[in-house]
Amino acid sequence: MLDDGAARHALRLKGVSKVFGGVKALDGVDFDVREGEVHCLAGENGCGKSTLIKIVTGVYQPDGAEAFELFGERLESITPVQSRARGVSVIWQDLALFPNMSVAENIAFDEMVGLRPRGVDYRGMKDRARVVLARLGVTLDLDASLETLPIAQCQVVAIARALMNEARLIFMDEPTASLTQSETDRLLEIVRRLSADGVAIVFVSHRLAEVLDIASRVTVVRDGKLVGVYPTAGMTQARLGELMTGHLLEDHVTARDMATAPVVFQAQDLGLPGQFEGIDLTIRQGEVVGLIGLLGAGRTELAHAMMGMSQPISGQMRLHDQPYRPASIREAISQGMAYVSEDRLHLGLLQKQSIADNAAISVLDRLLDRFGLISNPQKIDLIRGWVTRLGIKIGQPDDAISTLSGGNQQKVVLAKWLATQPKLLILDSPTVGVDVGARAGIFRIVRDLAEQGLAILLISDEVSEVLYNADRVLHMAQGRIAGEYDPRKVSVHALEEVIYE
Amino acid sequence: MSDVIQRARTILGRETFGLLILMAVMVLGFSLASPKFLTGPSLSSMGFQAPLLGLLTLAMLAPMISGGFNLAIVYTANISGLALAWVMLQFGGPEAGLGAIALGVVAALVVGTLAGAVMGAVIAYIGAHPILVSLAMMIFLRGLGEFLTRGGDISGFPPALAVLGHGTFLGLPVPLILFGLVALVWHVMLRRSRHGFAVYMVGSNIRATEYSGIDTKRTLVMIYALSGTLCAVAGILMAARFNSVRVGHGEALLLVTVLAIFLGGIDPFGGHGKVAPVILSVLILQVLSSGLNLIGANQHLATAVWGLFLIAVMILRSEQLAAIFRRKD
Repeated sequence: MLDDGAARHALRLKGVSKVFGGVKALDGVDFDVREGEVHCLAGENGCGKSTLIKIVTGVYQPDGAEAFELFGERLESITPVQSRARGVSVIWQDLALFPNMSVAENIAFDEMVGLRPRGVDYRGMKDRARVVLARLGVTLDLDASLETLPIAQCQVVAIARALMNEARLIFMDEPTASLTQSETDRLLEIVRRLSADGVAIVFVSHRLAEVLDIASRVTVVRDGKLVGVYPTAGMTQARLGELMTGHLLEDHVTARDMATAPVVFQAQDLGLPGQFEGIDLTIRQGEVVGLIGLLGAGRTELAHAMMGMSQPISGQMRLHDQPYRPASIREAISQGMAYVSEDRLHLGLLQKQSIADNAAISVLDRLLDRFGLISNPQKIDLIRGWVTRLGIKIGQPDDAISTLSGGNQQKVVLAKWLATQPKLLILDSPTVGVDVGARAGIFRIVRDLAEQGLAILLISDEVSEVLYNADRVLHMAQGRIAGEYDPRKVSVHALEEVIYE
Repeated sequence: MSDVIQRARTILGRETFGLLILMAVMVLGFSLASPKFLTGPSLSSMGFQAPLLGLLTLAMLAPMISGGFNLAIVYTANISGLALAWVMLQFGGPEAGLGAIALGVVAALVVGTLAGAVMGAVIAYIGAHPILVSLAMMIFLRGLGEFLTRGGDISGFPPALAVLGHGTFLGLPVPLILFGLVALVWHVMLRRSRHGFAVYMVGSNIRATEYSGIDTKRTLVMIYALSGTLCAVAGILMAARFNSVRVGHGEALLLVTVLAIFLGGIDPFGGHGKVAPVILSVLILQVLSSGLNLIGANQHLATAVWGLFLIAVMILRSEQLAAIFRRKD
């Protein structure tokens, strides 16, 4: 497909610019997608990817464009309605579906919502939904309420809805961010089918491995400027990361031998029926222990038990050689445990509140003045200190936390927990929704913390990030520790085989 | 000039600044319409009336910032007033001494706090919705109060109590001083204390707050217990002002407190809101009703205008409107 000059262009942009309040979000960017091509749009958060998508879909009007062609038609500008009528569709990360409606209703939503008052043809609607799903090679219960479906199937519904509107160019924004590996594989299979069907697909993802797997070409944008368009054949993750961030990313095994360091945390034969059993786990001072496994293997459940959110039935835990059995999160925290949750959006941060308050929430007792009231200057000092130490990019400490990028938000979560001066830090999928440059920054911090003696348990779905950053890797499957690996003696590929076999 | 305005806006906050302007416009309008508006008697009558609504509004505030609601505020105030009345009647009614009044006040505060704490405990530990819990409490307290009083008035209090409701100190109405003190304490509590911090956090995301190591259950119990305490203060004030206690007194104020809170820019979904703009809103509602009364308008008209007011404020605050103005710039 790549060298097939005969394939027509679905989209051709040349020299597109867009300015927001004096800042050039896009500066003369070229972008083209051929029919039936899977094309990746890559770049760090805030590089202009979303702006580009919004120009093609008519949400924004370009401030300048030398050429703007959609399916061979020259355009000056476009409205959202015109863009959709020409077959452009975007599947945003939040999917924009209706949780309380059925699968069929979601797929056929746009034809249901007519201007003329008329009854809904439920039978016809279901037939058409079935046809579209068949095109994707998927069967779903059409009457099921969407909220009962796992996120991966909602993703499929969103794609089906786009096809129902006869989409010929589909933008997919981080479609795999919350999918497991096997779900991702199935989604990529659907994407290949669509592409074989002649649908052009623009794929936006932070997971570089799958980008290289699925796309034939990749367009890299950095700071609103085009870096280049590259064939994925022969491209490596490291090279792509470098192009996106503009600097070399260190990706190599950093494991050290920590067998002689003092033990910080120990679990023996820990078990909670239905969640995990027979867990033996030792984490030493300054050690990073990686914990990999499939979703549902019991990793997060184990972390919850370590944090006092659930009470194991059997076995015992010791913290600094003292019996440790926390009855609540508060007790766990007071004993020196810290937990960066996998769900930053809902559990890690208070999205409505300020950056300063989010950082201060775990250490209020240490910010009191002589009247026992929270001291504002101390609160500001706290966050400013962490901003410097962790290299967090913020506006003002009083700005809402939601104004920060995923990577910077995660650094605020780290700051909030490091402020409690923990003995053991549990990181549960710390890089979900964090772009490649910021990921490197977060792991630099993690390794620094380990050097300073903090014991760390690193839970992740991404084998490579665990392998490159942990001193030991544990594999958890069906609630048990199934194996232990030395990162220096095992490859990413071999570990992936073990997990997904 | 515009620089000064800009600075005042940043220091006071958008809500407070806007409400101050509204207040100024209304005071100016009413004093032009009626020469009696800006005179001692008229101001003093407002100073006696506003504190009751103000105290009840503050009782509603923390539950609402925490994402909840307290429908039982008026009846909690009534039942606390009953406790005060009962103690005083035990000590001879009109002949009861200062000690009996003090004891009665303590009894009222205990009853109010307890009613609130029970609500808070049910909300925190059972996980029931605050609207349902406080509705149940409201119905229970009303029934209990009407049963105890047989639906009638309890009166015959010592004259010393009336000082609380009618007296002046340094020329200021005593209720206004009381309200000012409570408002100040509440402002400091919400903005600076650990409990206040927790109120805002619980209101924006209770699970994330719990995950951060804050005792959210205790926080909820405290929120409603303190709300009950404020209701008791309002109940004592009512007893002192009307020289009687009747279950159902002040019933109409329940929804007015909600009006004042929204006028004060509190986030209806919880997590944000300040004391100062809410106090201003209470005063604005008072000025509006007293002013209309003074220029001879029907009292019901004031209620209608209150409603229009809230709609107007929502329109003025809307993001869409702001966007339209930005585009014109």
